[in-house]
Amino acid sequence: MKLVSTALAITLAAFTVGAQAQQITGAGATFPAPVYAKWGEAAKAAIGIELNYQAIGSGGGQNQIINRTVDFGASDAPVDGAKLEQNHLLQFPTVMGAVVPIVNLPGVEANKLKLPSELLADIYLGKITKWNDPRLVEANRDVKLPNVAIAPVYRADGSGTTFVFTSYLSAVSPDWKAQVGAATSVKWAAGNGAKGNDGVAATVKQVRGAIGYVEYAYAKQNKLATTQLRNKAGQFVSPTLAAFTAAADAGDWHNAPNFAVNLIDTAGTEAWPIVSATFILLPKNPVDPERSANVMKFFDFAFKNGDEIATSLDYIALPAGVKDAVRASWHADIRGPGLAAIWK
Amino acid sequence: MSDATLPLRPAGSRAASVGDRFFALAATSAGVLVLVLLSAIILSLFVEGLPSFRAFGLNFLIDTDWDPVQEVFGAGVPIFGTVVTAVLALLLAVPLAFGIAFYLTEIAPAWFRRPVGTAIELLAAVPSIIYGMWGFFVIVPIMGDDVQPFLTDWLGDVPWIGFLFQGAPFGTGILTAALVLAVMIIPFIAATMRDVFNTVPPVFKESAYGLGCTTWEVMRSIVVPYTRASVVGGIMLGLGRALGETMAVTFVIGNTNRIPTSLFGPGNTIASIVALEFPESHTGSLKLSSLLALGFILFVISFIVLAISRLLLRPRSA
Amino acid sequence: MSTTMGPAGRMPASGPTRDRRVADMLSRRRKWFDRVVQALCIAATVIGLVLLASILFTLLWRGVGALGLHVFTRSTLPPGSHGGLLNAIVGSLVQTLAGTAIGTPIGLMVGTYLSEYARNSVLGNAVRFVSDVLLSAPSILIGLFVYTILVEPFGGFSGIAGCVALAIIVVPIVVRTTEDMLRLIPTELREAAVAVGAPKWRVIVLICYRAALDGIATGILLAVARVAGETAPLLFTSLGNLNWSLSLTQPMSSLPVTIYQYAGSAFDDWVDLAWAGALLITFGVLALNIVARVMLRPRS
Repeated sequence: MKLVSTALAITLAAFTVGAQAQQITGAGATFPAPVYAKWGEAAKAAIGIELNYQAIGSGGGQNQIINRTVDFGASDAPVDGAKLEQNHLLQFPTVMGAVVPIVNLPGVEANKLKLPSELLADIYLGKITKWNDPRLVEANRDVKLPNVAIAPVYRADGSGTTFVFTSYLSAVSPDWKAQVGAATSVKWAAGNGAKGNDGVAATVKQVRGAIGYVEYAYAKQNKLATTQLRNKAGQFVSPTLAAFTAAADAGDWHNAPNFAVNLIDTAGTEAWPIVSATFILLPKNPVDPERSANVMKFFDFAFKNGDEIATSLDYIALPAGVKDAVRASWHADIRGPGLAAIWK
Repeated sequence: MSDATLPLRPAGSRAASVGDRFFALAATSAGVLVLVLLSAIILSLFVEGLPSFRAFGLNFLIDTDWDPVQEVFGAGVPIFGTVVTAVLALLLAVPLAFGIAFYLTEIAPAWFRRPVGTAIELLAAVPSIIYGMWGFFVIVPIMGDDVQPFLTDWLGDVPWIGFLFQGAPFGTGILTAALVLAVMIIPFIAATMRDVFNTVPPVFKESAYGLGCTTWEVMRSIVVPYTRASVVGGIMLGLGRALGETMAVTFVIGNTNRIPTSLFGPGNTIASIVALEFPESHTGSLKLSSLLALGFILFVISFIVLAISRLLLRPRSA
Repeated sequence: MSTTMGPAGRMPASGPTRDRRVADMLSRRRKWFDRVVQALCIAATVIGLVLLASILFTLLWRGVGALGLHVFTRSTLPPGSHGGLLNAIVGSLVQTLAGTAIGTPIGLMVGTYLSEYARNSVLGNAVRFVSDVLLSAPSILIGLFVYTILVEPFGGFSGIAGCVALAIIVVPIVVRTTEDMLRLIPTELREAAVAVGAPKWRVIVLICYRAALDGIATGILLAVARVAGETAPLLFTSLGNLNWSLSLTQPMSSLPVTIYQYAGSAFDDWVDLAWAGALLITFGVLALNIVARVMLRPRS
């Protein structure tokens, strides 16, 4: 019974402490969680807004903001216009990131293997099963490819990373688009699943001849063997910050409704082909205007002061013009009581 | 003595009957609460899974397709994976758990029983997410580097069963999941078995030993028959945990919606697919409805398993 | 209960009583067989102990290096900021204790009901059955249920929702062990107590509970151990909190959820914290078990 009384005491103490001032809660995509946490730390010190961001997945983020259980939702996949309209949501991007293929091929160094996009799709379709397949050899005259079976590895959990990767495969391979398509989890034709970026990376390390895909930050922090990809301009590019930025610059931000810009396989000659933005979802008719204002204050602060933080964590910051457009949309679309603009 | 207590009895029994009624009421309402709670959980799963049952009909139960892009969902693979991993886990765990319980009650020296018993029980205290991390970092590499290649060499060409041991040695898959599940349920089953073995009145065992029985014979002829119902109860406890175990399995199953032909192949269980896919499912979507329908099916499977065990136990206990 | 029940069935027709040599041979075979079984049992126990050692060693190996004072004094922080796990540790303690405190009395009463009031009634059988079903319910489904009754209607994630989800998991575990333990108490004990005029509820509380204390306490400990490490039911109820918060009406951090999120992250300091957290939660739960056992010992 001591247990019960202790628990009661703690419960009572908890209620008297009460809610903290200026806390905002967000939930959604796993991919931007580290940069949001880092921005949150800076914002707490500078403007006194305490962010609680929980990575529960993009789909979860969309559900939560639709149910209004959080102050903002976050999603790697842009939400379509009709759904935004129906649920009175505003969508805006925050940062961009890249997805990179990783391989385990003894004797082949990082960024030496060249993967033409249609071959990557055929590997994951199970059509190319050996590393010394003539088509792979043809693209890699300077690399000695072993006679080893290809073991494709994919994300077992539904994830924004899978959405971005399969969007790319759908863009470059008509077969992929027809047979599989793009989603946070798909019906894989070949290979084995592993949970999370870490699971994919560990499985690729474990199995000789394996290929997988992870967020760039993960590959870089863990020094994984990435590959080159051929972009739309026909150039083979290595995954570097410059190549990601080139992709972001090539994006058509101004004509994208709800900022749902497509950065997959953009036209830039130096551009890395698998880049995507991650998005925030905000109610246009917030229940609590003050919390909503704090969310906007927070992202305004992040846009002003957060680029360096984002880069240090291997994310790509938004172009300045896009940030201004986001602020303008806050002013225009988010209305408090009496339809007054909350963001002035 | 009875003279002294008699005068007190009437007063005592009036208070006692109020107390009795109150206590009985509290106990009964707690029982009803559990009944209502489970009904509410199952009902909410069924209602939310209804769109999926409507869309796919009874085929949902056997269809092995699971394609979120085309919005075609079938429960065949997860149902298969759930049953297969749980049964394999029981096959691995029950003999080991029985051995441990036997050792702890009859074989081990008396001073040794408590520390060893405690250590085994501590295995049950390890959280399931830790089993997942341990399974992924320790068991998966061992399976991928040594066990699976070895089994393929040794059994891969044996007719009839060889196909079970073929395939790329990813280290993950059905067998690894069953192995991790087995480790998780061993302590549950072993601790329950030991506790019930200990309830056998010593006089029964002593008389058997006195007649010249060996330890094994005492176990087989006295202890097991005496405790059979509770032993099965302990096994059911383990089976229950294996069927519904979520986090540990997500680390090692490989989440793939194909009926695996090999024990090394990746698969799916109901709990693991729900945990892995739920975060990326949208409210009102057919996918979410299908996942909740899967949850409902898992409850039905639990119902069936328990009902069978009850049926098996009835004639003996009656 | 004679010895001829088991192996005796396979005895040759001549029987050991007639032929001394057959008797000796049979006895040797029986002893040999007994020894093999005993050896297998020892092997099984060794395997069990090796598994435990392997888990603990893995945790120590990966977790000890990351363990420092900062883990206990600082809350979770972004990568590179040398955060700790204070909010997660406290959040886990609060939710586990509150969940157990809510679930245990209910489970105890249900177990009592099943053993003392409704051994063979229809309602009793139904309750026993659903309780066993609840036992195997995947914890994520219980989290989803609590989400629909406590999170959605109240417009936000909360520590309370987490506690309730954990309590629902505690109940069937306590029910099962309580009922099992109470049933093992000989009826004679109850009859003796009733014969001297004790009311039923006092018999249950003073005699049955006391006699079954060890088993019931083990059940509660199993329940605590189970919920302390639960991740799935908390993901959609108490959600998690990056900041220090003790408010049960706000999202609340917990060790398992933090471990789950950090273990898969790209950043070494988060991964290290995940292993430190895994070490803490496992050894915390193990220590709790051992302490409870030591406390129980004098009575048993």
